[in-house]
Amino acid sequence: MTMKENTTAKNEVNELTRIQELVYEVRVKEVMTSQVVTVSPDTPMRELMRILRIKKISGVPVVDGDDLIGIISLEDLVMAVADRRHPHDSVSDRMTRKLVVVRADEMAVQAVKLFAHYGYGRLPVVDNNGKLVGILTGSDITRGLLKALSKRYQAEEIRRYRASHIFEDIDSEQTSLILSYHITAGDFDHGGAATSKLKRALERLGANPALLRKVTISSYEAEMNLILHTTTGGELRAVINPQRIVIITEDDGPGIEDAEAVFKPGFTTAADWVRELGFGAGMGLANIKRYSDHASIESLPNKGSRLLATFYMAPPDKT
Amino acid sequence: MLLKQIVDILEGEVHTETFDGELEITSGGAADLMSDVLAFTTGGNSILLSGLTNLQVLRTAEMANITAIVFVRGKTPQQSTIELAEELSIPLISCRHTLYQASGLLMSAGLPDNGMATIL
Repeated sequence: MTMKENTTAKNEVNELTRIQELVYEVRVKEVMTSQVVTVSPDTPMRELMRILRIKKISGVPVVDGDDLIGIISLEDLVMAVADRRHPHDSVSDRMTRKLVVVRADEMAVQAVKLFAHYGYGRLPVVDNNGKLVGILTGSDITRGLLKALSKRYQAEEIRRYRASHIFEDIDSEQTSLILSYHITAGDFDHGGAATSKLKRALERLGANPALLRKVTISSYEAEMNLILHTTTGGELRAVINPQRIVIITEDDGPGIEDAEAVFKPGFTTAADWVRELGFGAGMGLANIKRYSDHASIESLPNKGSRLLATFYMAPPDKT
Repeated sequence: MLLKQIVDILEGEVHTETFDGELEITSGGAADLMSDVLAFTTGGNSILLSGLTNLQVLRTAEMANITAIVFVRGKTPQQSTIELAEELSIPLISCRHTLYQASGLLMSAGLPDNGMATIL
């Protein structure tokens, strides 16, 4: 796979997870249909058939005055037609009375779970007083998420534009912004302070949220490595240009025996005190490798180590 | 689930002035291993339950965009941890339950797990 294909593939995966993220951020009321077609319990089944056909829908909530009392679907209608013994049944004879509803204020993820659990085609949406305010189908959720996604995509475009502007205003063949932080070995109390500053800088530069998180998490792991595993600490650097962000850490020792093994999840040389602090389980470099587009480490025992982690911005053909 | 509901369910104590009970929390996670938290973060507002109370729990929360932290087994945060939490606007809550109990209580009250989606 070429590097470009690789970045594009990664980018598509990002899009997918952005949708997953949205399921947790979008509320039912933002994606539901609020103009609900309803029927009364005394509506004849024959009339229901006409309503479903004209409105091109496959189910409707049943309301008695202001009260939601049931739901009736195309499936109920088919069963009623097949059952020739009761040709004059009304909706109340055939509807489902045991209702599963979703609240308008709930997150879309709750509705997704209910759909998966019950296998229903639609869910009535109610307010906090149990009053019917809308109806939700699986395709409402899909449509709503796509709309929210395109909105956020635009917002991200603007941010990216602002960020790239800094680089456009300065005329050179290649402009990079380098942020450097000195990290002291064993300074556990300030662990993460440098990455915290880097995070704020990247926010101001307009990095998109997914990239920002990948870079800050990796930088934080790398910073903790300098604090926990080096003899004299080292330097944490972020080299930023419009195409990519590179996180580099350099230290003077003690170096690593097997520079390949360190990326394997679970590989650790950490002392017990490090583990007690919630680190040292051999996940740090594995996380950096997971989140970056490219990660490598050069190390000589008793000399020092140099870690490089590269994160590409979205390729231009995707924007 | 609202943050104040989480405090109620866990019979928790709030340690920071930074606290908006009306904040909607969308998922939760529990870990004492900070690299695990960093490996499985999601979007939305998520809460972290942990038995660790040191500054790195807060730094981890900052990097992983975690909205609030609950310390379990009756552990209370040190003053320096509280000060950093105020600076980062991350509310700190403590409760007497074990990590397992506290997770179970929130899960059965309907708070989903945040390990479902990663940013990879």
